[in-house]
Amino acid sequence: MAVRILFLGPLRDLAGKEAIEVSAPLDWSVLLQSVGEELAGQLQSDRVNVACAGRVLSDKTSLNARDGDEVALLPPVSGG
Amino acid sequence: MRDIRLLDQAFAPESLTKPFVRANPGLGGYCTFVGEVRSEEDVEALELSHYEPITLPGMQGLADQAFARFDLMGLLMVHRIGEMLPGEPIVCVSAAARHRRDAIQAVDFCMDHLKSAAWFWKREKRGGEWSWIEPREADHHDLARWRK
Repeated sequence: MAVRILFLGPLRDLAGKEAIEVSAPLDWSVLLQSVGEELAGQLQSDRVNVACAGRVLSDKTSLNARDGDEVALLPPVSGG
Repeated sequence: MRDIRLLDQAFAPESLTKPFVRANPGLGGYCTFVGEVRSEEDVEALELSHYEPITLPGMQGLADQAFARFDLMGLLMVHRIGEMLPGEPIVCVSAAARHRRDAIQAVDFCMDHLKSAAWFWKREKRGGEWSWIEPREADHHDLARWRK
């Protein structure tokens, strides 16, 4: 088992794939290392949210994903 | 009566609003808003993506807020996902209440939140190329109207 990191919306284009799998546990600093420099830069912006196991984290730096969790990277939602 | 849904196929708003209105006997009025994919010169299609674990629960939470804030009898909130063509309905919100102002304001409240605070990502196709739609400042102003 592992942690699946899912890229949503424009972050998927940036990642060039839908998801990656990394070994558990996964915290904020390991997440930043796992996604590459460009995505890590985006993730550090206030506009990008993180959901873990179906819940949006109020403080994404407190991320603590365990075996089997899905971590979703949520870019700002579109208006229009 | 509460009906909150995501639909991945084209829909006819009347097919949802008629049964909704019938399901709220004794109402004083209802207000319905239907949003369609705007026809712009070179837009060929619009695609809405979502994230299953949070998008629908987020809409349920929005419905909770609307019921807490306005005196409602019923709320219908239906949002499309997937690929759509200009002129197709993308969202339908209908509120039933004893008094008109609650119905009208609840729809306005839900729409402002759906546009700028619900978990949807949109991209549009122009000249065969897809591009993501960025958040608009105006949507945040719309949302700020409801903060006390």
